[in-house]
Amino acid sequence: MSHKESSQNTDLSRRKFLGSAAASAGLTIVPGVMLYQVAQAKPDAEAVTSKVRWGMLIDSTKCSTGCNDCVTACNTENGLKGHNRPETDVQWIRKLKVTDKQTGHVMSLPMMCQHCEHPPCVDVCPTGASFKRADGIVLVDRHICIGCRYCMMACPYKARSFEHEVVTDQKTWAPRGKGTVEACTLCVHRVDHDGTPACVEACNKAEHGAMLFGDLNDPDSEISKRLAEYGGKQIRADLGLNTGVRYQGI
Amino acid sequence: MSVGLHKRKLKLLLAGLILTLPLSLFAEDDLPTVPKAKEKATAEYGCVNPVSDMRKNHMEYLLHQRDETMRRGIRTKKYSLAECVECHVSADKNGDYAKFGESEHFCSSCHNYAAVTIDCFQCHNDKPQSAYPSQSSNKQSLPEGHEKFASNDVLPSGDAK
Repeated sequence: MSHKESSQNTDLSRRKFLGSAAASAGLTIVPGVMLYQVAQAKPDAEAVTSKVRWGMLIDSTKCSTGCNDCVTACNTENGLKGHNRPETDVQWIRKLKVTDKQTGHVMSLPMMCQHCEHPPCVDVCPTGASFKRADGIVLVDRHICIGCRYCMMACPYKARSFEHEVVTDQKTWAPRGKGTVEACTLCVHRVDHDGTPACVEACNKAEHGAMLFGDLNDPDSEISKRLAEYGGKQIRADLGLNTGVRYQGI
Repeated sequence: MSVGLHKRKLKLLLAGLILTLPLSLFAEDDLPTVPKAKEKATAEYGCVNPVSDMRKNHMEYLLHQRDETMRRGIRTKKYSLAECVECHVSADKNGDYAKFGESEHFCSSCHNYAAVTIDCFQCHNDKPQSAYPSQSSNKQSLPEGHEKFASNDVLPSGDAK
C-alpha cells in the first residue's frame, strides 16, 4: 500500500470515528432505541454494516482434548466431504493439541479462519475474490476466485483449503466447487438470519461452552463483556492483524 | 420452350425448399420441452417477473443478486438462485431429479438448445433443498429461512405455468 493510500485510509477512519462518536452521543439520549435495534434480526433486504463486527471467543481451558464436535458440526453444516487424503482434504476448522514440552501441559483448541481486521489473504488476492465484509467476516467470492492459492500461502493460520475434486450434492446455503479456495465463513448464512455458527452450537450442545460468538463492537454483548473483564489473546498478535477470533487460556 | 419450363420447375422447387426449410428447423418436436414450475411465484404472472422478461433477463437478475448476497449479505428471495431451483426443478414420477446437463433439467432444457454454457452448477446444487428429506431431521439446527429448503412437505400443487 502506498503512503498516499494509507493516509487516505487514516482520514477515512478518523471521519468514521467522528461519525460513530456523534451517533453514540445521540444514542445515549434514547438508550431504549439502541437496544431494540440490536435485538432485531437483520432484514433480508438490508446490507450488512460495519456497526457490528462478528467475533468469537474460545476458552481453551473448557475445550476438551478428545472432543471433535465443532469439526463434525462444521462438516455437516457446510457439506464438507473428504477423499481420505488428509493432506489435501478441505478443512474449515481443525482441532489442535498443543503440548508444553517443559511442563507437559496439554492444551486443546479449535483453529479456523480468524476473520482478521487486516486480512493478509485479502491483501494478496489478485482478483479481489478474497474480501472482508462490512461486518468483519472474511470470505472467498468463488465466482471470481481463480484458484491460485496465493491466499493459502499468505494466511498465517493455515485456515484455507483448496477443493481438488468435483463437488456434488452441495448444501444450498454453502455452494462449493472444484478449483477454488474456501474457508470458514463464520456460518454467514446463519449469522445473516440472526443465528450462531454451527461449531459454537455444537460446543454448547456438548455442554463444553468453550466457544462464544457475538458482536465485538457492542459493549453490552456477552463476548465484549467477557473480553473486557478477562481479556483474550490473539494468536500471532505480533502480526497486528486484529483477529476477530480470540482465545483464553493459551 | 422446354428450357423455360425447366426454369419454372426449378424456381418452384427452390421456392418450396425455402418455404419448408425454416419450418423443419423450427418444427414443434425440436423445441425444448421446458419443465413446468411447481407453483406460481406471483399471481399476475407465473414467475417473479413476466415470463418474457425472465427468459430474456434472468442472467442479469441472477448476476446482480449474486453480488448483493455475496458482498453485502442481502438475502432477498426474489432473484435467489436457490429459489429458482426450488420452484423450477422437480422430481419425475419415480422421485428422481434430473441433473444439470440433462434435457429434463429446467435450466439445461433451454441452455442445451441454445448452446449456452453456464458454470452455476459447478458450485451450486442443481437440486432443490427439498430433494433431501433426510436433512429435515436436522431442522432444529437449520438457520431461520432455510427450514423451507429442508421441509419434506408436499409443495402446493396447482396449474403452475
